[in-house]
Amino acid sequence: MASTKLSRHGYDGRMSVLRCENLSKSFDGTAALDGLTLALPTSGIFAIIGPNGAGKTTLLNVVTGFLRPDEGKVFLRDVELTRLPPHRIVRAGIARTFQDLRLIGLISVLENVMLARQNQKGERLWRALARVGVRTEEQANRQRAMELLGFVGLAGDAERPAGALSYGQQKLLTLACCLATEAGILLLDEPVAGVHPEMAEKILGLLAELRNDGKLIVFIEHDIPAVKQVAERVIVMDHGKFIADGVPDDVLERPEILEAYIG
Amino acid sequence: MDYFLHILILCFIYFIAVYAVDLLAGRSGLLSIANAAFYGIGAYTSALLAVHWGWPFLLTAPASMIVAAMASLMVSLPSLRLKGDYFVIATFAFQMILFSIFNNWMDLTRGPLGVPGIPQPNIFGWKVSSNLEFSILAGGFAVFAYTVVGLIVTSPFGRVLHAIREDEVFATGCGKSTLRYKVIAFAISSALAAMAGALYAHYITYIDPTSFTVMESILVLSMVIIGGAGSMWGPLVGAVVLVTLPEALRFVGLPAAAAANLRQIIYGALLVVMMMARPQGLVGRYAIGR
Repeated sequence: MASTKLSRHGYDGRMSVLRCENLSKSFDGTAALDGLTLALPTSGIFAIIGPNGAGKTTLLNVVTGFLRPDEGKVFLRDVELTRLPPHRIVRAGIARTFQDLRLIGLISVLENVMLARQNQKGERLWRALARVGVRTEEQANRQRAMELLGFVGLAGDAERPAGALSYGQQKLLTLACCLATEAGILLLDEPVAGVHPEMAEKILGLLAELRNDGKLIVFIEHDIPAVKQVAERVIVMDHGKFIADGVPDDVLERPEILEAYIG
Repeated sequence: MDYFLHILILCFIYFIAVYAVDLLAGRSGLLSIANAAFYGIGAYTSALLAVHWGWPFLLTAPASMIVAAMASLMVSLPSLRLKGDYFVIATFAFQMILFSIFNNWMDLTRGPLGVPGIPQPNIFGWKVSSNLEFSILAGGFAVFAYTVVGLIVTSPFGRVLHAIREDEVFATGCGKSTLRYKVIAFAISSALAAMAGALYAHYITYIDPTSFTVMESILVLSMVIIGGAGSMWGPLVGAVVLVTLPEALRFVGLPAAAAANLRQIIYGALLVVMMMARPQGLVGRYAIGR
């Protein structure tokens, strides 16, 4: 794979914001991550592809604190995240979606987004009981949530139960929830998998807009056209290792990658 | 009249106990069967402070709530990392340990002999002695519990509890420290159960360990299941149904032994029917454990 210069710069010379150093993770002796090293800049869209079991989701789980690595470290700028619990990593500025859609289906679309807002006064017990400053903050959170729902095209569905949305709309809602955390880094696990092509197009368009707004987006995807459409760099994984890394038009044309992973 | 007031007082006490369980099982998805242990902690704390040190009820009740909330940390901090059935088993173990303490720590609780002579509440000179007076007091405490739970579940704090109940991974992914919320919910639930226990002790004026067995936990949980979890009316309906049911059986004219057995059969049949036909309870929003 391409060389990775760590410390403060990514392989392309841009200042790196998210760095993984020598990450390893095994399950029952099988290496899911095998000494991965990665540095990503402050903004852009990066795709991770690879066959099932390559370790893509494990990498996301380790970076976001849902799994602890056996070895290695994760840094956000110069702050080490490796041992932090997932909620602290979200607060630090890394939000994620899950491969299996995770939402609260019984509450409204709007409330799902409001839930993801950070540092809410009303989430402290005494504030919840005394209601000091909660109403004003709720109004502000509601307003911001509506802005985000407008951005993803779900403003008209704000009061519907999240469980009543279509699969593609639920994907949009998970993206809105990520954005509600105000995280600068979004890690998306298969954001367009299983959705209608028109909806996939819409989601990819939103990712491009977010990239233009300065977000760093890392997404796992099996949809190669989608990867080619929006990713500026693609990283190929297999057996817990990075086996290729570069611009999509180059990497995805390599015969060994085509042969092994695309068919 | 006194008899109906007695039923009303029991309903009020159970309202509080059921709200405590609903906050945990209905709102947060944490199925605990240790609620009788906290009910017992409240009853014993309040009774012993009143009997041995002469503390007034307005001090013993909050003290019992604080003790129960502190005791809840002993079970919540180590066991809330457990999931599903394992958590239930951990709370069952705590329930059994507490019952053993109530039953065997003779110096403190007098074991099976119980604590007699618990004074009736005296609130700023108002001696709560008649059933009418006690129903007013218990009703006030029930309104307090209703208000506390109502404020919590309609706040952003309650929204997080709801998220934990539905999908804890999603809640964590939204940046919520789910363990913290669960520990707090457990403490509030325990404190409310203790408040019910304190009221019970000062109403009956005698307590012994048989009032705080796992069967009591199951009874209160049954009230939540039958009334319905996750709603403000469910606990009220569940408590009224299961408090009045055995009383109603008295009027059928069965011998006492037969009535007791019939009561158990009806409880069991009611639970089975509810689980099959209406798992969310009579007026509830959610099915417990789903």
